[in-house]
Amino acid sequence: MSEAAMERRLHYLNVSYGVKSWLFTTDHKRIAWLYLLSITFFFFIGGLAATLLRLELLTPQGDLVQAETYNKLFTMHGVMMVFFFLIPSIPAVLGNFLIPMMIGARDLAFPRLNLLSWYLYMSGGLLTIGAAVAGGVDTGWTFYTPYSSIYSNSHVVLTVCGIFINGFSSILTGLNFIVTVHKMRAPGMTWFRLPLFVWSHYATSIIFILGTPVVAIALALVALERIFRLGIFDPALGGDPILFQHLFWFYSHPAVYIMILPGMGVVSEVIACFSRKRIFGYSFVAFASLGIAVLGFLVWGHHMFVSGQSIYAGMIFSLLSMLVAIPSAIKVFNWTATLYKGSISLDAPMLYALGFIGLFTIGGLTGIFLATLAIDIHVHDTYFIVAHFHYIMVGGAVMAYLGGIHFWWPKMTGRLYPEGWARLAAVTIFLGFNLTFFPQFVLGYLGMPRRYHAYPPEFQVLNVMSTAGASILALGYLLPLIYLIWSLRYGRVAGMNPWRATGLEWQTPSPPPTDNFEKTPIVTREPYDYARAEPQSEYAPGEVEHV
Amino acid sequence: MNLGFPLFPDQASTMAPRVDALYFVLIGVSVFFALLISIAIVVFAFRYRRRADNERPPEITGDLRLEILWTVIPLGFTLIMFAWGAILYFDTYSPPPNALEIHVVAKQWMWKAQHPEGRSEIDELHVPLGRPIKLLLTSQDVIHDFFVPAFRIKTDVVPGRYMTVWFEATKAGAFRLFCAEYCGTLHSGMLGRIVVMQPRDYQNWLGGQAGGMTLAAAGARLFQSLGCVACHTEKDSARGPSLAGLFGKQVRLQDGKTNTADENYLRESIINPQAKIVAGYQPIMPTFKGLVGEEGILQIIAYLKSLDRQEGGPARK
Repeated sequence: MSEAAMERRLHYLNVSYGVKSWLFTTDHKRIAWLYLLSITFFFFIGGLAATLLRLELLTPQGDLVQAETYNKLFTMHGVMMVFFFLIPSIPAVLGNFLIPMMIGARDLAFPRLNLLSWYLYMSGGLLTIGAAVAGGVDTGWTFYTPYSSIYSNSHVVLTVCGIFINGFSSILTGLNFIVTVHKMRAPGMTWFRLPLFVWSHYATSIIFILGTPVVAIALALVALERIFRLGIFDPALGGDPILFQHLFWFYSHPAVYIMILPGMGVVSEVIACFSRKRIFGYSFVAFASLGIAVLGFLVWGHHMFVSGQSIYAGMIFSLLSMLVAIPSAIKVFNWTATLYKGSISLDAPMLYALGFIGLFTIGGLTGIFLATLAIDIHVHDTYFIVAHFHYIMVGGAVMAYLGGIHFWWPKMTGRLYPEGWARLAAVTIFLGFNLTFFPQFVLGYLGMPRRYHAYPPEFQVLNVMSTAGASILALGYLLPLIYLIWSLRYGRVAGMNPWRATGLEWQTPSPPPTDNFEKTPIVTREPYDYARAEPQSEYAPGEVEHV
Repeated sequence: MNLGFPLFPDQASTMAPRVDALYFVLIGVSVFFALLISIAIVVFAFRYRRRADNERPPEITGDLRLEILWTVIPLGFTLIMFAWGAILYFDTYSPPPNALEIHVVAKQWMWKAQHPEGRSEIDELHVPLGRPIKLLLTSQDVIHDFFVPAFRIKTDVVPGRYMTVWFEATKAGAFRLFCAEYCGTLHSGMLGRIVVMQPRDYQNWLGGQAGGMTLAAAGARLFQSLGCVACHTEKDSARGPSLAGLFGKQVRLQDGKTNTADENYLRESIINPQAKIVAGYQPIMPTFKGLVGEEGILQIIAYLKSLDRQEGGPARK
C-alpha cells in the first residue's frame, strides 16, 4: 500500500480532526492514544525524580538535596511509577487498543465508560501532581501509618485523594474488559482460541476489580485519621498500625501481578510471532495467569515478616509465596520451549521479549530469597528488595511494554519504526538496567537500607555503578521517544501485517477503520496457527487495499 | 572515594553463618536456573535463526511430561527453602530463657537503650560477647526498625506494643545499627553502633555510670510515686489484685478468657486499664497514659518482674 493510498483511505486517525474529536471520543483506539500520551508524561515525571535520587546517591553525604526533598522525591517516584504509569501502562494502552481487535469486536462493551475511566485517571493524576507542586508528600508510596496519618507534615490527604480517584479508573477498566471478553467475542472465537494476551488481561481485570477497592478504603482511612483524628491506625488514638499494612498489601501485592501479567501476555504474542510457532503448552500458560491472579491474593503477609505479625502467620505466608513462584516458572519454561525448532528473527520486539524472560527470571528467583523467612529478615527494607522489584517492574513490565509498543506500532500508526535504532535502544536499556540494579542486590545483602538520603562510605562504589547504569538506562528510554515520534511522519508505511502474525488484529488494515473490521470476522483457527499460515499472508502488505 | 569496598557483610553472631549458608544455597540454585534459561535462549536464538522467509517450523503443541517436570522440580526446591527458612525464622524470634534482657526505646530519630543494672545510653548498645541478648523494643512515635546487618537480625519497632528479637555476638568490635523502616525526615540519620565487649569489660562498663540505679529499683520508685501501691498492695485487696509473682502467669479475666501476663499485657493494663479486667475486680483503675513515658513503663515492668512469690502476696492461678 502506498503512502497516498493510506492517506486516502478512511481510518480511525483521519476520520475526524480537532481537539474535541479526541477528548470526546469513545473509540477504544483513540482512548488508547489518550492513555499513551498521559502515561508517557507521568513516566517522565517519575523518571526525573529517579534521576535526582540517583544523582544524590553518587556520594555518601546528603549533599545535592535536603533530606526532606529526597524523601519527597522517592515518594514522587514511587507514586508516579506505580499508580500512574505501571498499573495503567499495558492494560490501558495496549489492552484498550487490542482486546476488541483480538476478539473480533468493534469496541469495548462500554465505550463511554472507557472514556470516563480516562477522565478519572487524569483527574487523579493531576490532583497528585498538584499535591507535588503544593509542596509534595514524604511518606513513601506505601503510606505506612502512623507516620502518614499523624506525623508527616506534607500533603498526604491531597495525594491519597488523587490515588483514590485513580482507583476507580482501574476498577472500571477491569469491568469493561471482563464484560467485553465474555460478551463481545466474534463467532468461532472460543475461550481456547483467545490469544494469551487476552487471557492475561482477563486475569488482570479480576485483580483490578477485587483488589483496588481495598487499597482505596485503606487510603481513605488514612485521610480520615489525619483529618478527624479517628483512631484507626495510630496506637496513641487506640488504633493498630499493622492493620494498615494488611489492608495496603492486600491490594498492593496483587498490584504487582497487575503490572506483570499483561506483560506476560505481550511476551506470549511476540515470542509466538517471531519464532513462527504456537506457544508451547498454551493451556498451561493460560491457566498459569489465572493461578498467579488467585494465589497473588493470598501472599500479602510476606511484606510483614518483620513487622510483628505472629510468626506462624509468617510461616503460612512464606509457604503460599513459594507456591506463586510455580506458575511463573511454568511460563518461563514454556516460552523458552517455544523457541525450540522455531524460525527465530531477532527484531526489536523479540529482543525486548527475550530480555523480559531473562530479567523476569532473575526477579522471580530473587523473589524466592525474599519468600524464604530467614533471608527476608536480613534483606527486608534494604536495597535487595529495591533491586528485586525493579527486576520485576522495570526489567519485566517496562521491557514488555516497550516490546508491545514496538510490535503493535505499525498497527496503531500505519508506519514502521526504524529497526536499527530500535534494536540499539533495546540493547542499551537491557545493559543499562542490569548495571543499575544488579549492584543493588549486593548493596542490600551488605545491609544498606532503602530510602536513605545519606549512607555509610563503604557503600559508595556500588552506588556509583548503579548511578552510571541509570544514566545509560535514561538514554535508552529517550531513544524510542525520539525515533517513534520521527516515524509518525517519516516511517515506512507498514501495511496490514508486516510481521505476518496470525492474530485477528493483523487481518484488518493499518491503521484500522473506526469499526475495526469491515465485516465481523468468523474465527475458524486456533491462535498462533503459524504452521498453517501462508508464508505470504493473503493480506500481505501491498496486495489488498481496503477502502 | 574508597575503592577497597566490601562485597559481603561481617559475620558477627551465631545466626549469621546459619543465614549465610541458606543464602549460598539459594544463590547456587538461582545461578543454575538463570544460566539454564539464558543459555537455552541464546542457543535456540542462534541455532534456529530464520534463514529464509518461507520457513515452516514443525508444529509442537506441548508435552505433558515436560510440564510435570518443570512444575515438580521448582515446587520441591521452594518447599525445601520454605522449611529451612522457617526454622531459622523461628529461632531468630525465640530467645533462650537465660538471655540478658535489654530494653530499647526508639523515637524520631534516636535509639535509647536501658540495661537491667540501670545504665542507659543513646545510639549505642554495649553488649557482652558470647551471651544471648534479648531485646525488648518499643517506639514512642512512628514505626522504626532495628537492623544489625552483621548479626542478620531485624525487627520492626512498633508503637503501642513490645517486639522481641535476640542475638548472641561472636565477635568483639563495633557494628552498624540502622533504622530500616522509613520514619520521616532524618530516617537516614537514625544510626547507631552495637559495641560487643569481653564480658569483664562489659561489667566494668556497666559500673561506669555514677549514681546508677537498677531498672527494677527505678520501677519501684515509680510504683510508689505514681500511687500504684495504693491499690496493688502485697496482698490482694478489694480495690486491686496484688502484682507479686504475676509476670508470666495466666490471668483469668472477667469475660471468662485467660491471658498470659507478659510485657504487652502489663503495658496495656497501665495505658488502657479498661481493656482487660481481671475477674473479681471492678473497672476502677484510671489510665496512666501521659503520666509515664515508654521508658518509665519498661522500668515498672522490670520491677514487676523482679517481685517473686516469696516476697509478696499469693501467685495468680
